[in-house]
Amino acid sequence: MSFISYLIKGISLGSVYSMIALGYTMVYGIAKMLNFAHGDVIMVGGYVIFIAMSLSGLNPIVGVLLAIILCMVLGITIERVAYKPLRKASSLAVLITAIGVSYLLQNVALLIFGADTKSFSSVITVPALKLAGGALTISGETLVTIPLCLIIMIALNIFIKKSKTGRSMIAVSEDKDASVLMGINVNKTIAITFAIGSALAAVASALLFSSYPSLTSTSGAMPGIKAFVAAVFGGIGSIPGAMIGGILLGVIEILSRAYISSQLADAIVFFILILVLLVKPTGILGKIMHEKV
Amino acid sequence: MAMLEVKNLQVYYGVIQAIKDVSFEVNQGEVIALIGANGAGKTTILHTVTGLIPAKSGEVIFEGTDLQKIAAHKIVSLGIAHIPEGRHVFAQLSVYENLLMGAFTRKDKAEIEESLEGVYQRFPRLRERKNQFAGTLSGGEQQMLAMGRALMSKPRIILMDEPSMGLSPILVGEIFDIIKSISKSGTTVLLVEQNAKKALSIADRAYVLETGKIVLTDDAKKLMDNEQVKKAYLGE
Repeated sequence: MSFISYLIKGISLGSVYSMIALGYTMVYGIAKMLNFAHGDVIMVGGYVIFIAMSLSGLNPIVGVLLAIILCMVLGITIERVAYKPLRKASSLAVLITAIGVSYLLQNVALLIFGADTKSFSSVITVPALKLAGGALTISGETLVTIPLCLIIMIALNIFIKKSKTGRSMIAVSEDKDASVLMGINVNKTIAITFAIGSALAAVASALLFSSYPSLTSTSGAMPGIKAFVAAVFGGIGSIPGAMIGGILLGVIEILSRAYISSQLADAIVFFILILVLLVKPTGILGKIMHEKV
Repeated sequence: MAMLEVKNLQVYYGVIQAIKDVSFEVNQGEVIALIGANGAGKTTILHTVTGLIPAKSGEVIFEGTDLQKIAAHKIVSLGIAHIPEGRHVFAQLSVYENLLMGAFTRKDKAEIEESLEGVYQRFPRLRERKNQFAGTLSGGEQQMLAMGRALMSKPRIILMDEPSMGLSPILVGEIFDIIKSISKSGTTVLLVEQNAKKALSIADRAYVLETGKIVLTDDAKKLMDNEQVKKAYLGE
């Protein structure tokens, strides 16, 4: 019974990782850059919800919506101010800038909110579900997280495949020049991608901090790195890859914590990444990129 | 007045000058060929016209509008389609979706549907493969898709970059027949080709480009008889 309970917990954490990993992978696909500040957008989302609920007494749903809007604005602003001027720069310059933006966000948060850990109160009010005569308990957070992430991922897939904007995102990620010739505004499409990634990060922050309620200025960094690992694990640039990678990562993490060692769980996660990359360097669903000549 | 006018164009890649004071014009209804060896600057000229590469100086005027003052992604809606060298179809999108991307800037659904039907009639093969990923098409089919996609923007002029590249002689003939029929239906064509013989056979006029400069221009028929052109480009 406890195995099933760990498995469900792992899938729940993993679906949160998937949502964050989607932001990494979509941005990588379209802008060919690793946005290492993505994890810190989660932290910002967490603080927005915290302030909205604990200090302003707003309804949790309003708090989450507010976080979604502010994170979208933040994502678009980061792209416009920090990354857009570097569109033709070397990828190393962009990577260093992204790390810089990450530290900037963490330190601004530290300045505003202080160094003390804030205790995040759950946005989810669904009661826990007791099964098998109390032997298996599924928390309200898990009951909401898994279906919500599933719905969001299905909706995102439909949006990308079926809408004009979604198709233009595929086109731009594949071939920028040809997209321009079709009349697609590449800068606008990249901005939309950052906005969607950041909105997903905001939802992820609500779910993540509801289950793991301590919030500091560096709270986004670790889930951010893990989601990045999940994206690479699944094949960076691949949307289904990010989903599968995230869920696998969550399950591996929770099971290692339960059965091997809670201290070593993170090390095991990163070790498995190294193994996967040694065997399949492009990740589970990754494609080999052929440089066009 | 010419439909498309390029005046004293200068284009640089870093410090290297790729286009040196190039001027030419394309009139409504014409088929104009730009011929020249690899690296002569043919592709660069087309890229500058559609805004993918900025010019250092010179003018590109389309029906009175200075194209260099317009964002590259807005140029297609003026009526200029550009089929890039190497086709550049969207491999992860289906044939049908690629064609829809061609009509990206158009709004009227009924008219888009009409253009789609027109493209399918011109290229029956594309209708057969409409749900297939474009990446799985053969080279000739991809060229047809790139042409169909360009037609979906309802262009008044089409810029074609090496449409015969990498195709078998039979397919080259087929592609040039299609170019002729596109021209007959009233669309102006600016054709860039290394296959000078084929290009001159369907063009009204042509410009010969050598290392970034126009060295010769005349009616296509006269150029075919020009000794210099024969020797350098027609392999006679």
